[in-house]
Amino acid sequence: MSKTDNSRRQFIGAGVAAAAGLVIAPGVTLLDLAHARPADEAASSANRWGMLIDSTKCATGCNDCVTACGKENGVASTGHPEIDPQWIRKIELKEVKSGRSHSLPMMCQHCAEPPCVDVCPTGASFKRADGIVLVDRHICIGCRYCMMACPYKARSFVAEPITDQKPGRPRGVGTVEACTMCVERVDAGMSPACVEACSSANHGAMLFGDLNDSNSEISKRIATYATTQVRADLALNTGVRYQGI
Amino acid sequence: MSNPAKRRGVLGWLCAALGVALLAGTISASAHDEHGHKVIAKAGTTCVRDDEFMRRNHMKILMHQRDLTMHKGIRTTKDSLVDCIECHVNPKTNSVASSKEDFCMGCHSYAAVKLDCFECHSDKPKSADGVPHPAVSPTEGKDKQSGLSGKMRGQMQANPISSNIGGGVK
Repeated sequence: MSKTDNSRRQFIGAGVAAAAGLVIAPGVTLLDLAHARPADEAASSANRWGMLIDSTKCATGCNDCVTACGKENGVASTGHPEIDPQWIRKIELKEVKSGRSHSLPMMCQHCAEPPCVDVCPTGASFKRADGIVLVDRHICIGCRYCMMACPYKARSFVAEPITDQKPGRPRGVGTVEACTMCVERVDAGMSPACVEACSSANHGAMLFGDLNDSNSEISKRIATYATTQVRADLALNTGVRYQGI
Repeated sequence: MSNPAKRRGVLGWLCAALGVALLAGTISASAHDEHGHKVIAKAGTTCVRDDEFMRRNHMKILMHQRDLTMHKGIRTTKDSLVDCIECHVNPKTNSVASSKEDFCMGCHSYAAVKLDCFECHSDKPKSADGVPHPAVSPTEGKDKQSGLSGKMRGQMQANPISSNIGGGVK
């Protein structure tokens, strides 16, 4: 990369930081700022990346997060939806008695104690130091044990050859894949594509941040409001939390 | 052709012409390796290690970098596959592995070493993302595979597993 590119990026970064630093109310910032660590520095357990999804703000029928995920990661329909890999999907919940219904996105919950990692026979399914659960497709043999173990149905098997991958977003036949929390973007100091799409469309239903940082917006919200972990009874300590379910 | 001296003279000229042709050949083949493979790289750049080392060890470097990136999130660009592709892409095909003309496949097909990087990774540079190269047909290769899966699907539909099970139970 040339020096010109770098200086341009830094300039843009400074601009974004200046804009996002605007405080709209005491303790509440417009955007939760994530700072990129240097490229040669390993992900650290000092961070734990997580998401907070406010299902009261998540509109039924809105698919912006799913679309953004597909576009970012090159996840496209194979032409027969019954075997299409899903990294994120929208689900509708309805309480039978009252008829109250709400909508929320469901994806890999990035558990602190991931069952998919427990069962993986090759070590392909692993948790990074910063809490992001990933599949190392170089060593995945496609046995699909992790798909069985996941209580959230978050993982998909790629059953057909893929030829039009996005550069920097590898995907391939015979391996299992799931939400990566847009790890490439997170490493670059950005938030996941779904979160960005949700906030840029002014829905504001998704928040990304560091659960280990008590000053982060996500930690403050979790400390203030009642939030839920899906299947909390399994004590997996999920990185994705929900509000209003 | 009866005069031997004249004959020798003609032979001499032929030899000289052949020599010049060979010399010209070596000059134009400076971008080829010793097996005659065309080495494609962005002009005015040098590789991250010297050529001889890279020829024997590029796979070790890529494997090491892959583990660092995947498991630790270290995303230095020096040894990254994406940056290899940026520099070694064939401008004609906008790829490093679509044909024997391309950088990777030139040697790998000669050495009969199967290359599976590009079953998952894109063989196209990041800079051309979303803008297909005019020389590349975006549907090429894709049709072949979807045709195969279509055939498999057809066979599966012709012999549904459920009907076999049903037959067995009866």
